[in-house]
Amino acid sequence: MNLLKLNQLAKGKRGRISRVDGDDGISIRLMEMGLIAGEVVEYVGSAPFGQPATYLTRGFRLALRPEESSRIEVELVN
Amino acid sequence: MTTTPPATRTSQVALIGNPNTGKSTLFNILAGMNTRTGNYPGVTVEKKIGRVTWEGQQIDLIDLPGTYSLSPRTPDEMVSVDVLMGHAPSIGEIDAVICIADATNLERNLYLVSQILDMGIPAILVLNMWDSLKKRSEEFNLAELQSRLGIPVIPAVARKGTGTKEIKQALAELLKAKPKPKRLNVFPAPFNEAMEKVRQRLTESGVDIFEDYEVERLILDKDGSVEKRCLKKTGPEFAQFLTGIRENLKEQNCTVPRIESECRYQWAKSIMAGLFVVDEDVKPRSASDHIDRVLTHNILGLVVFFALMFLIIQTIITWAEPVMGWCEYGQETAAGWVEAGIGPGPLRSLLVDGVIAGVGGVLIFLPQIVFLFLFISIMEDTGYMARAALMMDRFMRLFGLSGKSFLPLMSSFACAIPGIMAARVVENQRDRIVTMLIAPLMSCTARFPVYWLLTMTFVPSVVLFQIPMPVLAEGGYWDFTLPALVIFLMHLVGAVVAIPVAFLLKKTAFKGEAPPFVMELPDYKWPSIRNVSFRVYDRAKAFVVRAGTLIFAATLVIWAAGYFPGDHTEQHAIETELETLDEEADADRIATLEARNKHLSATLIETSFLGQAGHVIEPVVKPLGWDWKIGVGVVASFPAREVIIATMGTIYSLGGEVDEEDDGLRDALHESKWPDGTKVFNVPVALSIMVFFALCAQCVSTLMVIRRETNSWKWAAFSFSYMTILAYIAAFVVYQVGMLFVA
Repeated sequence: MNLLKLNQLAKGKRGRISRVDGDDGISIRLMEMGLIAGEVVEYVGSAPFGQPATYLTRGFRLALRPEESSRIEVELVN
Repeated sequence: MTTTPPATRTSQVALIGNPNTGKSTLFNILAGMNTRTGNYPGVTVEKKIGRVTWEGQQIDLIDLPGTYSLSPRTPDEMVSVDVLMGHAPSIGEIDAVICIADATNLERNLYLVSQILDMGIPAILVLNMWDSLKKRSEEFNLAELQSRLGIPVIPAVARKGTGTKEIKQALAELLKAKPKPKRLNVFPAPFNEAMEKVRQRLTESGVDIFEDYEVERLILDKDGSVEKRCLKKTGPEFAQFLTGIRENLKEQNCTVPRIESECRYQWAKSIMAGLFVVDEDVKPRSASDHIDRVLTHNILGLVVFFALMFLIIQTIITWAEPVMGWCEYGQETAAGWVEAGIGPGPLRSLLVDGVIAGVGGVLIFLPQIVFLFLFISIMEDTGYMARAALMMDRFMRLFGLSGKSFLPLMSSFACAIPGIMAARVVENQRDRIVTMLIAPLMSCTARFPVYWLLTMTFVPSVVLFQIPMPVLAEGGYWDFTLPALVIFLMHLVGAVVAIPVAFLLKKTAFKGEAPPFVMELPDYKWPSIRNVSFRVYDRAKAFVVRAGTLIFAATLVIWAAGYFPGDHTEQHAIETELETLDEEADADRIATLEARNKHLSATLIETSFLGQAGHVIEPVVKPLGWDWKIGVGVVASFPAREVIIATMGTIYSLGGEVDEEDDGLRDALHESKWPDGTKVFNVPVALSIMVFFALCAQCVSTLMVIRRETNSWKWAAFSFSYMTILAYIAAFVVYQVGMLFVA
């Protein structure tokens, strides 16, 4: 098991979501967008100087700040 | 909650979908130009309804805001749920829903579909971007999808207009058949039991007014809009009951709120299973990802972005100028007609200085609005807007806002009115209002004449440094002077002050849960002329119809304040005589009359309500270094700051036709004296006036647009008050500190 926060994922790498922390509006929005346990997320790029970062999941591109992405725990996939 | 049945037999059909699915494109095609807009009471959500007749049936097509889900946490989000549940009094019962989904991203779009089916309203599903899906996957089992969902599914390509005939047909059939669909239930048994318990408790409390979907929301949305509404009727002890229900669900492995997304996505997966072949977990790299490497690149991305922003502002200013010139020309022509037909008197003054000036004051903003929205629509339609917001997010966090607020604020450097209207791109309600409240602080072009007049008249032309420009500049050097620095700094004052203002607003009036920055980046595509022109037309119409009337009314009020209660008999006699005189033969007489007229105008404005106000406030503005004449100028320019130059011309008996380059006006300012003989103007006074203009809300049109866009007088009044207080304090500090250096 190689667990890390989504914002710690290296560029170009993929992770499978194991958990989304919290039950406030931010977490609910993340889950509504389909970021739930079992989904695969790839870190594809970012705004200049690293944040927000863009991720690919379920066939769409999503930009997240570290505040949001650090709530998501992923397991590295190769 | 009571619902009023629609007065006619018009069917009510709501259009809903995720953002970036082509919802507005579809609405425009389906509804055409025949739409009316308004506001839902008490919120900032725009109500947009198109009336159409399909297959003999009259239909009101209601465009709901783009949303990923129907779990209302704010009053704004509650509007869509209220409309769909038939609780919006002005709309009544909903007969059917058209749900539009991005076919290439169906699984996520099905989340919203599941909530609509959950409501038990007859619906059809439009699969937009069908052509892109076909490119990616040849085999797509549409019939199977339709039977699994149990509703009509229609493939479409909204940008090309394909599929619209089928949509109309399917909807007409649905309205005729009037099915009573069974609610979709994605939740497990413990959740349904919990719903029963809540329902029972509601009945016991005598508030059995909620639909099943709302009972669901009561459990799922902690502190959500439905819960707040419910607690008002049941009292606070109901909150404890709900907490108990949620805790009980958690014990049964149904943790709120994650149970909802888990169940709905599980359902979506089961619907999607085997419909077509996907070879990867995530979408393969597309052309958009390659474009993003350039357009969001650390250096290149920012260069392109700032070049584009510069180009937009420059173009708005240079393109709008000639069109604004035509407006002024039209205004003068109309005034000429009135003057030819009606002799000098109150009626002529009302028509020329009130009515025509009022209409002109509305139309003058149109060119800037049209050009700005032309660019905004193109940026949105191509998908670049989301990237711009992405790149500016880090910077905009200085203001406590997100990247989405950058464009409205930057546009406000041209003019706050299109800027405030552009704040619509910010979905979060609190961020949107904060953006609108600080937008008028950005230095718009109407402030420039004031900066120019005062800087060029009072700031010594010292060369600060020289930049060698061998070919371009005369003498081989570009002089960077003190006046240039002052004018540059004046343009920055507002933006710098806006940072703490936004920060304070976010900490006080707009305190609350930080809005998540969860932004979808759509694929790049070519802009559609139809989409762009619809949007520009829509914004221009909204401005003229909805803000224009208020701006017009305000102009009339200000005209009256400047005209009454003075006795204009002599002035009208002079004007009448002037019109009969021959320019060459009676040159001397004309000069005498004009001099007398200028003197009269100066006296009349001094004794008018406006002038009286100037005198009344003299003790108030004296700490800023101003005499009553400056006071009158400032009061008179509250409706529109550019008026200050003409007003000063009138006060200093030069006539109203002066501009910021006028030597007579500059001399008059230099010569202006206090009763004790000391000069009124010096550098600190000039600076205090400029800082005041930089920060004050001297633009009635801006306030009216804020009122329209926020749907509340409260925010217009708030903008006016906070900016005036801020401007006063800043001008006071600048003058008092400045005087220390002068002495």
